[in-house]
Amino acid sequence: MTDPLSPLDRPNSYIGRTVPRPNLERLVEGRGTYVSDMTLPRMGHVVFVRSPYAHARILDIDTTAAKQCAGVIAVVTGAELAEQCSPWVGVLSHLKGLKSAPQHAMAIDRACWQGEAVCAVVAATRAQAEDAAEQVQVQYQELEPVTDMRTALEPHIPLIHPELGDNLAFERSLDAGEVDKAFAEADAVAEAEFVFGRHTGVTLEARAILADWNPGERRLTVYQGTQAPHMMQNIFAKHLALEEAQVRVVCKDVGGSFGIKVHVYADEMATAALSKRLKRPVKFVADRIESFVTDIHARDHVCKGRIAVKQDGTITAFAIDDLTGIGPYSMYPRTSAIEANQVVNLVGGPYQTRNYRARTRVVFQNKNVMCQYRAVGHPIACSVTEGLVDLAARAIGMDPLAIRTKNLILDDAYPTDSPSGLKFEALSHHASLAKLKQMMDYDGLRAEQKRLRQQGIYRGIGIASFIEVTNPSAAFYGVGGARISSQDGVSVRMDATGAIIVQTSLTEQGQGSEALTAQVVASALGVALDKVRVILGDTDNTPYGGGTWASRGAGIGGEAAWQAGKALRMNILKVAGTILQTVPETLDIDQGVVIDKETGRERIGLDEVARITYFRPDTLPADFQAELLVTRHYVPRQYPFAFTNGIQGSWLEVDTETGFITLLNHWCVEDCGTIINPQLVDEQIRGGVVQGLGAALFEHCRYDESGQLTNGTMADYLVPMASEMPDIEVGHVVSPTLESELGAKGAGEAGTAGAAAAVANAVNDALDPFDVTITEIPLTPSVVLKALNQRRS
Amino acid sequence: MKAYAFDYVRATTLEDALALLERAGDGGKLIAGGQSLVPALNLRLLAPQLLIDIAHLAELRGISSDDTHIHLGAGTRHVELATSPLVGQTLPLLQMAIRHVAHAAIRNRGTLGGNLAHADPASELPACMIALEAVMLVLGPKGERQVPAGEFFKGLYETALEADEILVRISIPRSPAGTRCHFNELARRAGDYAMAGLAMVMQGQDSGDVQIRPVFFGIGDRPVLARHAALCLQQAENLIDGLEAAQQALALDLQPQDDLQADSDTRMQLAKVLLKRGLADLLAQGRG
Ligand SMILES: Cc1cc2nc3c(=O)[nH]c(=O)nc-3n(C[C@H](O)[C@H](O)[C@H](O)COP(=O)(O)OP(=O)(O)OC[C@H]3O[C@@H](n4cnc5c(N)ncnc54)[C@H](O)[C@@H]3O)c2cc1C
Repeated sequence: MTDPLSPLDRPNSYIGRTVPRPNLERLVEGRGTYVSDMTLPRMGHVVFVRSPYAHARILDIDTTAAKQCAGVIAVVTGAELAEQCSPWVGVLSHLKGLKSAPQHAMAIDRACWQGEAVCAVVAATRAQAEDAAEQVQVQYQELEPVTDMRTALEPHIPLIHPELGDNLAFERSLDAGEVDKAFAEADAVAEAEFVFGRHTGVTLEARAILADWNPGERRLTVYQGTQAPHMMQNIFAKHLALEEAQVRVVCKDVGGSFGIKVHVYADEMATAALSKRLKRPVKFVADRIESFVTDIHARDHVCKGRIAVKQDGTITAFAIDDLTGIGPYSMYPRTSAIEANQVVNLVGGPYQTRNYRARTRVVFQNKNVMCQYRAVGHPIACSVTEGLVDLAARAIGMDPLAIRTKNLILDDAYPTDSPSGLKFEALSHHASLAKLKQMMDYDGLRAEQKRLRQQGIYRGIGIASFIEVTNPSAAFYGVGGARISSQDGVSVRMDATGAIIVQTSLTEQGQGSEALTAQVVASALGVALDKVRVILGDTDNTPYGGGTWASRGAGIGGEAAWQAGKALRMNILKVAGTILQTVPETLDIDQGVVIDKETGRERIGLDEVARITYFRPDTLPADFQAELLVTRHYVPRQYPFAFTNGIQGSWLEVDTETGFITLLNHWCVEDCGTIINPQLVDEQIRGGVVQGLGAALFEHCRYDESGQLTNGTMADYLVPMASEMPDIEVGHVVSPTLESELGAKGAGEAGTAGAAAAVANAVNDALDPFDVTITEIPLTPSVVLKALNQRRS
Repeated sequence: MKAYAFDYVRATTLEDALALLERAGDGGKLIAGGQSLVPALNLRLLAPQLLIDIAHLAELRGISSDDTHIHLGAGTRHVELATSPLVGQTLPLLQMAIRHVAHAAIRNRGTLGGNLAHADPASELPACMIALEAVMLVLGPKGERQVPAGEFFKGLYETALEADEILVRISIPRSPAGTRCHFNELARRAGDYAMAGLAMVMQGQDSGDVQIRPVFFGIGDRPVLARHAALCLQQAENLIDGLEAAQQALALDLQPQDDLQADSDTRMQLAKVLLKRGLADLLAQGRG
């Protein structure tokens, strides 16, 4: 007997096929609808006067001169705007002990980071608003800034929010198994301090919002580049004293998000509040400098790690002590403790040892706010774990692949869990490792490495296994009291010509949500892809749902689309069965035509079914009512998260005289379960890898001791560019989740999770002959040279 | 950010441009390709009242040569330098360097004159001008004057140009047969300004009677001809024997600065590596 067909094995299924994205033509024709490009009648542009100091008391704001400037509509201070917009506190109840202070849309009497808005100028054009903003006279009294997270908790350091009692926002400890015993009995112990450069997700389109309060309707329409329209609807309503029904959030095309646009930004709240105050549309588009000082930063961690290993290669314990600085406020509503929390959850995650101790501390500082950016916490956890595994391998003289083969959780061990309590349904570490080994020709590279070393050419191989949180249930935010939906809804209807219209609560940030939704629905129904139109990004016109974050779109929104498509198919077949006087179960739909399931014989076209349904219902039995619109929702219940896994490999060359690193090749094997569109998955992986490579080599928000960002332009903050990127080869192992019919897990963050770890391991592998270990990113030429010079002298 | 409001006028002739510049006084600013000026305007670092566009002036265009010199109009765009067969034949150093200047889109608009007048210390082209002993032809209200490249670059974004002067033409002496040249830079990403770079020209033999002009850029506040290092090389019996002394002598030639990319020690180390590699390249060319 052959394998039974899965529900996905439909005639002409689009699942698993690379098909062009339906929105591609619109975008390449320049017909996208980005908020940055939108204008509305009577629209004002807001420009914010921002604090030039990291920490300062605001003594006085004189707006007289600014108000006289050409084109100015209003000049509004933080204190004035507080009449329209209430403050918020970014805490969640399941992150026990997390504390933060109330944050206002604009600072009222104290600015807590360089770039915090203190006054808003609304004018007819952005240029006029900028001219006027220069005329706003703010008197500041500089306060001592807290910038170094390593000393932020020391007694002589001032408190950023005295009412909180200290600068500690959050602390979590975990102790599983017998860690002390493992270290005592280890044959070797390796340890290191891993340092991560604070960086950010640079989106091509900056943050953009156009808020339009219509006093006639008493409704606020917000056009916003956001990942989570329903979350924002709730937040705008809550803080602008409106009912949710009075708020519509529209999110059309977005020029990249990466987690940057899933948060509540004070200046965006201020823009909405200004619209309400001024009773006219107000638009804010961050310029690049504003982006660098206000878009959330991420990954500013120092993490001490230890690993215990036996001579045979068995890893017996991991221990970490992590410290991170998040800026002066925990971000709202997702909080700035999630990243550190993830580090604690994820370290050691791919490995078998049950002995794990961790502590993380999250401290306040007078720098820009930090929060969730693509692969939240994973790059830290992966770099620490994989860096330690390589150190352990070196300590006992074992090959890096061999030590992983020895210690990764076995592919037949599932379901299982981790010492930190993560539940794994089905992972494929060993199959992935085997595939990577073959794809990169590991043995061949080792031979080449050896040969080249004799010529003074230093190349290195780096390996990084990882696990990744995807398809989050309510366990992520909902249980902590946040009104962030983890479920998604999809409505599918057939119109009077047989065409299909889909409304989904997913959003499109450029990653292909429209495409995957169309593919899933077309497959579930049995229609051609071009018959399916997808509507998303509009709280007035889509079911309620989560949007884009935590690699959830395909797995959750995709499953809802699958279920909705299936339900509509049944409903269509009921109509067809009635028309054809046969049992609906004997029918199916293929390429827009109702067929006999058994023989494939064509019976009636969907256009004809639609015609009869909508225009000649009189010909159908009196007790039969056709329903050609269905809605389905989906949320995972069994597993709080659908974990995925993968492994990355890096091959690079280090110029030991200059410290320059040349990336030669990069591989990623990942397991996201069912692959709906191979090209979209591969490009998610590649894009994610590139952001990880950026972190590894280039990206760094550099602050001086006074809390000034010193590189807030694209000339000084280096993003990875095409010329420096290696070929990135992507491989797949497929372990579908059985929780959903579609079986899809997330793929959007896997690339970012492990890329930097692979590169750092490769650099240390290349520098092995020099006995140099570097555990700091970005790996700039200066960092590499300094490490080499220390050894040489 | 948006630029401050300014007026714009497109000059019709060089004379016209000069007159406009004189009339505008401190408020006037020339714009050629705009690739350095426009970012500065948008960052509100500059607030000129009048932009005088000289990008289209025929008098500033053209690449030509006579018996002794190659003449490059100040308005010559990077892309034209990169693709000119005459430049390729006579000034190979320049074509090696231009590949490292920014990205294609910027090279399509950016001009040689704008680049030199902007005088970014990390720019490739000013260093080449010093290595090639170029002479700048400058036109002002008081007439024409010639400034040798070695005296043109005064410091960070500073040149010998007065506010009312226009750089018209760059003349570079033809190199004798057998001249070798080398160009190399260390930049974090292709198209970035260099962390450290070297443009070097050599005339003569590997041993004895050699003239060598190593010019470093991205290391101080302007491109620097490393005279002491050159002397060490020239005085050595064989060039390569002089390397170590030359590397040491760089301490006399260069005053590396600290910045976001590298501290001064790192820069000095990179300069030494560049010199070593550059010399190896020149010697290899001699054998090849
Ligand atoms: C992203 C980016 C990367 C870059 N990377 C590099 C690089 O790696 N290396 C490099 O060398 N350059 C780089 N550049 C700068 C580029 O080479 C510019 O083209 C060049 O510096 C200026 O030329 P321009 O014609 O655009 O001058 P403009 O921007 O028009 O003018 C620059 C200055 O020169 C003055 N000026 C222009 N023409 C004359 C003249 N004839 N006489 C007197 N004054 C004049 C102007 O008044 C202005 O002050 C980069 C630019 C960008 C945007």
